[in-house]
Amino acid sequence: MSPGLFAYLSSGLFLGWSLGANDAANIFGTAVGTRMVRFATAALIASVFVILGAVISGAGASHTLGKLGAINTLPGAFMAALAAALSVYLMTQRGLPVSTSQAIVGGIIGWNIFMGRPTDPAVVSKFAFAWVASPIMAGIMSALLFLFARAVLRRVKIHLLRQDHYTRMGLILVGAFGAYSLGANNIANVMGVFVEVSPFPDLQLGPVVLSSAQQLFLIGGIAIAVGIYTYSERVMLTVGQDIVRLTPVAALVVVLAQSLVLFLFASQSLASWLTQHGLPALPLVPVSSSQAVVGAVIGLGLITPGERVRWDVVRNIAVGWLLTPTVAAIISVVGMFVLQNVFNLPVRP
Amino acid sequence: MKLPSLFGGTRGLEAQIDLYFDKVQEAGLVFGRAMELYLDRGVSEGFEELVRRVTEVEEEADDLRREIETQMTTHTLIPELREDVLSLIEQVDEVTNHYEAAVYSFYIQQPVIDAAYRADFAELARMVQQTAEEMVTAARAFFRDLSAVRDHVKKVQFYESEADKITTRVGRQIFESDLDLAHKMHLTSFLDRLDSIADTAEDIGDKLSILTIKRMV
Repeated sequence: MSPGLFAYLSSGLFLGWSLGANDAANIFGTAVGTRMVRFATAALIASVFVILGAVISGAGASHTLGKLGAINTLPGAFMAALAAALSVYLMTQRGLPVSTSQAIVGGIIGWNIFMGRPTDPAVVSKFAFAWVASPIMAGIMSALLFLFARAVLRRVKIHLLRQDHYTRMGLILVGAFGAYSLGANNIANVMGVFVEVSPFPDLQLGPVVLSSAQQLFLIGGIAIAVGIYTYSERVMLTVGQDIVRLTPVAALVVVLAQSLVLFLFASQSLASWLTQHGLPALPLVPVSSSQAVVGAVIGLGLITPGERVRWDVVRNIAVGWLLTPTVAAIISVVGMFVLQNVFNLPVRP
Repeated sequence: MKLPSLFGGTRGLEAQIDLYFDKVQEAGLVFGRAMELYLDRGVSEGFEELVRRVTEVEEEADDLRREIETQMTTHTLIPELREDVLSLIEQVDEVTNHYEAAVYSFYIQQPVIDAAYRADFAELARMVQQTAEEMVTAARAFFRDLSAVRDHVKKVQFYESEADKITTRVGRQIFESDLDLAHKMHLTSFLDRLDSIADTAEDIGDKLSILTIKRMV
């Protein structure tokens, strides 16, 4: 990779690092925080499966992102990703709810505004639907999965130690699936804007051909893995020990519900299967894993007597759906203007 | 002893926990038999044999307890409940210690129990043993069948309250009797010692109730 290309990709790589640092905790946070799974095990599984998910199944959500606005210059793609990264940083600094999935959409809309191109409202509505539906779906799934798990556990009368053992294995298996789904769904946030301008020719690796986009996703996946290894442990310990106190079985259910939601919004094969069978397919859109987790936890709260749902958290998420893309779009437009007029970079094709 | 690993089993440790509870129950049976013998014929050869046996069982239970605690800590098993489960096992161990201490007290101090009170002492010994026996059943259920814990804890509470009634009733009778004060105090100290077994079992039952709520998923 040439230094120039690396410089342009750096904003996306930073998003990838940030994703690994923060969102791996949505998958392995409780498991590592409660010492059910060692961090070394979690980091290895998360890294391997996030890369696999990104490379094998990353195209679907990325394709939809491309439909929102096909950025066809490297400086433009760089700025869109940087706008997303900056808005995530700025909003996090101010304690506002933020999601990379929503920030990148703002970055792309900023590109559309800068180029004077319209943003397809049909595509925007797909994103809006996915953002609202994903936490709700996660909530419904976690409630149903939890009721099922509870019924099974009460029936089988399993020894506490064996239940602990199976839960550990479940956390690892579901964690692997969660990491795969995260890679498949969220790689679009990291590398999606660069797909149109990817300079890589197809690469033959034995029987496997890696397309240009897949090579980008591989690089993005590695950035996520670096984020997991360098920073996610402290986030996992915070999630597992300080913020959310879940029983291991509840944690397993939350991770599974979240992973299923991310997978449903990422899997091209599932979408085509549903379409073939005359069923409505979900749009393949990057969604927020953190918001899916919040939805899943709320789902558990609603079926647990005595648990109060913190509706202020729900309200903050809804505010974030509008605020995050708006902030990112503003930064994106201003940034592209600066890149073009101050740094004389070819933002326009 | 097979160690539990991530992809290995936990059967070895499960068996050890079962064996530990077996030992606590065995200590109870030995205690019960020792009390029968003492009340029947004082310190006899058979009673001395049971004193030795209760010590052996208590030591075996101690060894098992230490091994269970070491394994649970080393392999970070049930992290969210480990502290509670370890303290539960420690508390159950107190019951075996009480059995041993009670039997030894009879062996060393050889209290003279008038015929009028022997049946009451025997009844109290049976009741405290039954309380502890139900507590062990409740503790076993905590590991395997949560829905059964409540029923056994209810029985623990019932037997403990019966033991308290016997202790109070017999204590009053003793102090109303013509025995000298030292003898009265000596006998009631044995009532209290026996009753403390049921009290400890009841405390464990209460703890099990809370742990069961925590474990409910």
